[in-house]
This record gives sequence, C-alpha cells and structure tokens, in this order.
Amino acid sequence: MTKYRINKTRFVDQTKTVSFTFDGKKYHGFEGDTLASALLSNGIHLIGRSFKYHRPRGIMSCGSEEPNAICQINDNTDLTEPNVRATEIELYEGLKASSQNCWPSLNFDIGGINNLISPFIPAGFYYKTFMWPKSFWKKIYEPLIRLSAGLGKSPTQPDPDIYDHKHEHCDVLVIGGGISGIISAKIAAKNNLKTILIEDKNILGGSTIYQNNKNFIIDNQKSNEWLMNEISELEKLDNLIIKTRTSLAAFHSYNYLLAKENISDHLPIDKKNGSIRQRLWKIRADKVIVAAGAIERPLIFNNNDRPGIILANSVKKYLDFYGVSTGLNNIIFTNNDSAYETAVSLFEKGISVKIVDIRKKSSSNIVKNAEDQGIKIYWNSTVVNTFGYKKIKSIEIMNLSEDGSNVTGNKHKIQCDCLSISGGWTPMVHMHTQSGGKLDFREIDQVFVPTEKSENHINVGSCNGDFELEEIVKNTNNKVKKFLNINEGGFDKISVLCSKESEKKNIWLLPNTISESKTKSFIDFQNDSTAKDIKLALREGFKSIEHVKRYTTTGMATDQGKLSNMHALGIIADTAGVKMGTLGTTTFRPPFTPLTFGAIVGRSVGKFFDIVRKTSIHEWHVQNNAKFENVGQWKRPWYYPINNENLHEAVQRESKAARDSAGILDASTLGKIDIQGSDASEFLNRVYTNAWSKLGIGKCRYGLMLNEDGMVYDDGVTTRLGENHYLMTTTTGGAANVLSKLEDYLQTEWPELDVYLTSVTDHYSTASICGPNSKKILKKLFPNKDFSDEAFPHMSYQDAMIDKIECRIMRISFTGELSYEINVESKYGKSLWENCIVAGEEYKITPYGTETMHLLRAEKGFIIVGQDTDGTMTPIDLQMDWIVSKKKYDFIGKRSLYRSDTMREDRKQLVGLLTDDPNEILEEGAQIVSELDKKPVEMIGHVTSSYFSPNLNKSIALAVVKGGKKMNGQKLIVPMENKNINVTVSDFIFLDKENKRINA
Amino acid sequence: MFVINCPYCGERDQSEFSCGGEAHIVRPKQPTELSDDEWAEYLFMRKNIKGVQFERWNHAHGCRKWFNMVRDTSNDKIHAVYKMGEKPPVI
Repeated sequence: MTKYRINKTRFVDQTKTVSFTFDGKKYHGFEGDTLASALLSNGIHLIGRSFKYHRPRGIMSCGSEEPNAICQINDNTDLTEPNVRATEIELYEGLKASSQNCWPSLNFDIGGINNLISPFIPAGFYYKTFMWPKSFWKKIYEPLIRLSAGLGKSPTQPDPDIYDHKHEHCDVLVIGGGISGIISAKIAAKNNLKTILIEDKNILGGSTIYQNNKNFIIDNQKSNEWLMNEISELEKLDNLIIKTRTSLAAFHSYNYLLAKENISDHLPIDKKNGSIRQRLWKIRADKVIVAAGAIERPLIFNNNDRPGIILANSVKKYLDFYGVSTGLNNIIFTNNDSAYETAVSLFEKGISVKIVDIRKKSSSNIVKNAEDQGIKIYWNSTVVNTFGYKKIKSIEIMNLSEDGSNVTGNKHKIQCDCLSISGGWTPMVHMHTQSGGKLDFREIDQVFVPTEKSENHINVGSCNGDFELEEIVKNTNNKVKKFLNINEGGFDKISVLCSKESEKKNIWLLPNTISESKTKSFIDFQNDSTAKDIKLALREGFKSIEHVKRYTTTGMATDQGKLSNMHALGIIADTAGVKMGTLGTTTFRPPFTPLTFGAIVGRSVGKFFDIVRKTSIHEWHVQNNAKFENVGQWKRPWYYPINNENLHEAVQRESKAARDSAGILDASTLGKIDIQGSDASEFLNRVYTNAWSKLGIGKCRYGLMLNEDGMVYDDGVTTRLGENHYLMTTTTGGAANVLSKLEDYLQTEWPELDVYLTSVTDHYSTASICGPNSKKILKKLFPNKDFSDEAFPHMSYQDAMIDKIECRIMRISFTGELSYEINVESKYGKSLWENCIVAGEEYKITPYGTETMHLLRAEKGFIIVGQDTDGTMTPIDLQMDWIVSKKKYDFIGKRSLYRSDTMREDRKQLVGLLTDDPNEILEEGAQIVSELDKKPVEMIGHVTSSYFSPNLNKSIALAVVKGGKKMNGQKLIVPMENKNINVTVSDFIFLDKENKRINA
Repeated sequence: MFVINCPYCGERDQSEFSCGGEAHIVRPKQPTELSDDEWAEYLFMRKNIKGVQFERWNHAHGCRKWFNMVRDTSNDKIHAVYKMGEKPPVI
C-alpha cells in the first residue's frame, strides 16, 4: 500500500491491482478507484495547467463539477479523448492518461509566463487588444490565438466505437441514486409503478453510503449501514430498473429525458472490444423525481487554486470511500458544519487536522464532537494567502472584523500539505430549470431552490435545498407520497438523528489586506477568471449576469460553472448592491455534463446516416460502371465512363449519341403522384398555372406549380389516364414536398373537392429513350404498336404490353429529341431496361446519366427547378409567360404575379449566355457584371447552368440577369479570380427552336 | 419534445408531426379583388404570440392529416386539438 492509501473500504478492492500510466509513467491503483483517487493514492496532486495563466492545478473535487483535473485519455489517433475528468473516469487496466495545456511538460510549462504577465491580460483582453491594426487580424492575431486556444487534442481518425440509442417508457423516473433517490424509487416501485432509477456513479448510495459517523443515525443504525440494507432490498424489486453509470443529459418538456449510459468505458481495453461504448436513453416518463443532490462550494480567497486545495466533502470521500488521504497534515477552511464531518473522519484515522472557520462559533453536535476530540479550531478567521507552487505548503490566516468585511490583527502562518475548503452547498437545480421550472432564492443559506409548480416532476433531497439528514428522509417520504398519490410510503415511522447546523455565515469574496487588483482569487478555475475580473466587468458597465459571464468567460468552460456560478452572482450582487434573488441566474442548458458526439448520433453513422433510395435498375447501372450522384436520397447514375473517360469526356460522348442516334435514361426517380376523383381536373386547374380542363384523355401536358407568393415551386408532366384519373410527375427532389403541399390545400382550403392523392413514385420504373432512332427501337419493343405521328403524337400516352407486362408509354421529351418514356411496375424495371438495351443495340443505344440529361435540356433551354430557379423566380422571370393562363380566375400564386414587386422590370430574368471564346466554359454560380470601372462593381446576376455542348460545338450557359429580357446581344463580363470572361446575352434556347427534332 | 394527441390517431411523439404555422388564416376566395396590401396581409403577416397560439399541425409521419392545435408557446402546454373545419375552442 502506498503512503496515502491509509484505509481499507468496501468500495475499493485492494486485492485487485490495476496498473495505468499518467504522463507516460506507470502507477498502480485498485479496482474501484477513479483515476483521481488512484493518482492521489500515489501522492500526485498536480494534474494540469490552467487555461489562461498556465498555473499548476490539482484535483479539486470527486465528481462532474471538477474544473482542474481534466486529462487526455488514450494516445491513439482514433480513440484518444480530450477533457475527461479524472474524477469521473473509473480506473481500468491499461488506462493511459496525460495532462493537458502544458508545453513542454506538466512540471515545466513555458506558458507559465502568462502567470507573471497576468496584470496585463485582464478580462476582455482579447477584445481590447486585437482590435488594431485591422490588417493584423487575419495573418497574425487569429493564427496566434488559435495556437493557444482549446484544451486537449481531438482524435484525427474516425471513432471506431459503437454507440446506441434506446427508447424507454416508465411511470416514474428517479434521477439520482443517493439516499433521497433510493427512498423515492422504493416508494414508487413498491406501489406497482414501473420505475427507473438512474445514477451516474458505478454504485448507489450517494454520500450517505460512506457516512460512517455516530452523529448520523437512522432507525438505530449508522446511516451508511441503514442505506446499505435499503439498497439490497431495492435490488430485489422486480418493477424497478436500476441503471448505474448513467447520467442525465437533458430534461425536456413533457417529461422527455435523455440519459447517457456508460457501458464499456470502465472495462479493461482487452474486454472492451466489440462492446457498445455508450447508450443514449430516450425516456418518456409519466412522473419524474429529481434527486440530483448538491455540489459543495469552494471559498474565494487569494491563491485559492493551488494543487492540494480540495473541497472538504471530496477529501472525505477520498478517505472514506477510496481509502485515500489527500494529505497527512490537513487544514480545513469552512463556513459551515458539513466540513467538520471531514475533520472528524480524518482525526479518527489518526491524521493531523486543524480547522479555520469564518464563523464565530457553532454549537452543533458535530462541532462539539470535533472540539471534544481536541481538534484545533481557529474561529472568526479567514485564509488570506497560500504558498507552494506545485503543491500547497502553508497558509496565512487572519481574524475577521466584526462585520466580516475586513481582516484584523496579525497574519498567522500554518504549515499544511492539504487545504480542504467548504463554502456551503449548491443544490443541483439544473434538471428542474431545464424542464422549465423556476427558482426562488433562499436568504438564510444563500441558495437557489426550485419553485415547485409542475404536476409532473418534483425535486427531493439536497437538490431541493434539504441538507440535513432528517429533513431529507422525512421530506422525501412526504413529498413522494403526495406526488404519486400514495398513502403508505414505508418510511413514515422512521427515526432519524443528525447534527443540526444553527450558525450560518457566508462571505462570497473573503477580505484581504492587500488590494483586490493584486490578488488572485479564482472563481472559475478552469477558465481562470478571478474576482478581480468580475469587478472589472462591472466597472466597465456590464450589468446583466449574462453579459458579465460572456465578458469574463466565468462559467463558460467544460464544467459549465458548476463551482463558479454562485460566487460570480454573489460578488456581482455585493458589488452592485442588489439582492441575489433579483439578479437571477444564467440559463442552465443541456447537457448537464458533456456528451460524446458518438452518443448523440448513435447508430446513424456511415451507411445508416441517411436512407439511400435505389431504383429497380440500380444493379444494372453498377454493373455498367455508372458513377452515381445523390439527388435527395436517391442514387442516380451521373455518367457511365468507358475505359478511362473523365466526366467531361463521358458526357460529351453520351450527349452526342443521344442526339445522333439513341440514348436511354433511368427516369424512375421522378416523383409520381396518382390523382383520382371527380374534381381532379378542377384541382389541377387550381394548382398549376396553365389550364387543364380541356386536356383530352391520353394526352400529356407540362405544368408549372407556384407557391402562393408567385415563385416557381415545381414542374413536371401530368398525363390524363382517364376521365377522373391523372398521373402527375414532379422533380426528383421535390416529390415529397409537392405531395404534402397538395394535401395541405386539399385538406384545409378545398375540402369540398373530391380528389385523392397517392404517392406512386416507388411503384413504377421508367426508361426514357430519346434520339432520332428512338422510334425504331420502340417499334422493335412493341411490334404491334403504331408509332406514327398521327397515331401517337408528341405529348400523348398509350398502354402497351411487352410479353405479359403492362407498360405505359408517354411520348414526352426533356431533351428536345424525339423521346419516349416507358413505365412499368417497379419489379419489371430491370427487365424492361435490359429489353431496351437489347432492342437498341443495333442503334448503339447509349445509357446516359443526369449530367448528360442536364446538358441536353440546357441546349434546348428547359429549366431545372432548383438549379435555374431559387425560390425567387416567377414564371415571367423565366420568360415562360406562355404557361401562365390569363383566362383562369385563380390558381395558387396567381395574385402574387401582379404585386408591384413581382411586376418590376429589373427583376433577375432567365437568359442564355455565350462566351466570346466558344471553348471557355463558365462556372456555375459565377457572378455577372456589366461594367468593371464603376466601383463598387454591381453584381447584376449569376450563371445557373453551364456546359460545353458537343452538338453545337461551343460553350453554352443559362443565367439570371437583372432586366435580362431586354438585353439580347448585350456584352457582359463574368469576372473570375484570374481573368475576366467576356460573354454575350443570347436566346436561352440554343438548339432546335422550331421543335423539328421533337416532332421528327 | 411534446406529446401530441392527434385527433385521428391518439397520442404520439412530437417527432411524427410538423407544424404549419398560424391557424385560421383563410385563403381569400377572390384574390384578384384584393389590393397589394390586402394580399400581402394574407400572404406574409403572421402573429408570433408568446402565450396561447392557434396553430396548424400535420401528422406528417403518421396519418398525414392536418389538424389544429392550441398551444401556449411560453410553456408548450397544449390546451386543445381539433379537426380542420371544427370551431376553435374558447381558451
């Protein structure tokens, strides 16, 4: 056993040695230790350097509130994890930990120079200093600040661990497995309520489980023994789920809570393999009982941050739970009775201890107990300074003046190797406020306590402001019974004896002989903000607590101010002369403790990140070397390279083939909506800009759909299949939105219409064959069909069969070529496609992808909604006046086309652009200007689509330009990084304006 | 994350629903008769109340039905749900 492992406890198995490394050096601890307790048992206090001043810092607490002892865990590039609190990580064989924020080493840190120049880097230093000269920001200041910013190192490889999500419902969720949580869970579960109890530590019992003191008696047993029995009874209840190593992350409205369970973090490395690392529980609870406990406050005095200065109750936990003494020559500095429990515990184990108390006296049992044992107590005194660079060596104390605002008398120096501090307790009201609860300020002991109003959750125990054992047990029993509407709690006749505190005193910032500007009284240890910084912020005019917080960064570190917020508030209140209750608190936001990204995303990584939709022909595309692009969730063939073709080469070949002979496109992803009902025609009249009543059965029509604001929303061809039956197609990406928009109008604005909408996108597969030889290929596929222009004209549809497979053939064209789209039930998609390929072989039918499709339609001047439009384009802007019915009384968006703004003539309008150098291809998104000399240069538009057309043998582009309609023939400039490209505005239909090809 | 009582399906998690903004804004029957200002009033102007608000909701990942809901935006308490066309309750 090491020098500091002075006690055997039931919580640490001293027969099982665990080895680990810290900063490369090997140490030993035992099973049951945390990294912090194991380091302390080896006499190591110095864990890291502080963020701003690089001051040596040590372990200060034993839980999630720890501001100093944060480490980097693991050293491999994928599993390494920064900012892990040593107080929370359970020791396992092979654990590698290292200190953060120091260079070249923890013991000799160059950054320590910041401590010496600290008078020159007060709060707001960055804001004040790096303002000028302006040109320095990008090249000098920002890179420098980035170098020194951040704690720890992020992994550089993907996280190999598995994370999981689980949904759970219960009648009662109890948060916290301390004494009040255990009582609550037992009452709930014994009354047949499905109960979940979560506890962030590895065992239940909170601080009572190691409260081995004769001043705290329940039913004639020491409180720890009584609780031990309760826990073993609790574990027998079968409608209770106990989840240890599970911490609450968020408490949302309607009792929806997130909790993170650590499943394998504590396991030795060789046993972790393959196991889920963490699980995020998504719990919907009928009732929630918060028993989150309280966190001990530090005291704020000069140099209160040295390694070896530890919260008093944590010293007790290290001693009584882990069997580790944090020092052999202890001083306890307190303003309340609870620290005396630590003193008595140290004394009983034969460890030297003295007490400095800011109060004048205390008459409680536990204090009397300490005095009887002969522990030296310095009443009415305060620590004014501490000494020892890497570990505390001594302190100086002075007497307090009558009102506590000053110090009097002589300085008295006392040697020590550990200073335990206690400034009272802060209830953990985070959960309560996250759920929307409000707080009241309780003057007597200066705490914010929950205002109980919710019908669906209560707070019990010390998070509710009950600090004494008797009130904890009795109030919890009574509150839970009332909350759950239960008559018999099982704890009604319980007897509790405990020490009761009568004298209370609190000084947020302890007085000193030297002026404040020369002291370092740390409030936020992790972000290095001091009382001086808070006062400076107030002097500079910051009044709101939220502003002071951001200016000084108090409470903004990874511990989220668990130790610092109350003192910051207290000092602001004292300095500004206002009451703390009126000052309010900063907002408590989830998560309570940091969550890993892994736990948040769970299984939604890699191929599970999003749904992937594939057409029934997908396999053929893969076999034929297609490169894919994502269109919404769909995988669409982008191009089909042959040999070593690049995108450009493949697209040039595919486009040429489609115009010269035949091309085939998988058009299955287009959105398809089946529309039926006696008012289907009227419905289409209302949702499209053009007229639909006169469309004959078996005919197709292109339609443009607007939003109510007059902007183009979607487009597509709709076919009339029967008297009351239409098939609408939408853009691939817009399908779901179009359906939901149409449903919205049907259900809410026009419920009188007899119309039924069904999404059939997935039901049909579509092969689109285009090119001068397409008709010949169709004839081969359907030998009995008459494909003459008279029998089967452009924009019409017919049914046909291949063997016994029913096909719908639409003669419609998005490429400007003679073109047919063959639709079959999805399951026959691949077979149809293969038939088409075989039939087209003699015409060298060429499969083409979306890139070629885009090029072909651009040649013809057809828009793509979402590429050439962006939600600010009306049909008039697109020069598509022809599709807007003048006769129809109303359609969605019609009125907006006559608003003064949509009628402006200088709106951006669709035009064609031709580069003066026909080989120059414009970049899509490039800006367009008319003159370069007049500064600032005005951007009058941008390029929306741009390609090199192999059929026209020149570069073509579509663009939107202010007032473009009237600019045909005008010269414009597209300025690029290295050159200016001269362009000429042209008609946006580049090929076959006469529609000879479509009607061929 | 609240629980919404869909008038067609019953209680479901909020993640199944989408909110469609303020309720009871009727599309004008004769838009062409309206001035620009009147049309803009219908098109753009929405209240954003801190307190009790009447909203349209859609059970998007369920029955796909639209319905109305009365919600207090300050505490997310849902006072009522009712079908399209039904008279709004007095809250």
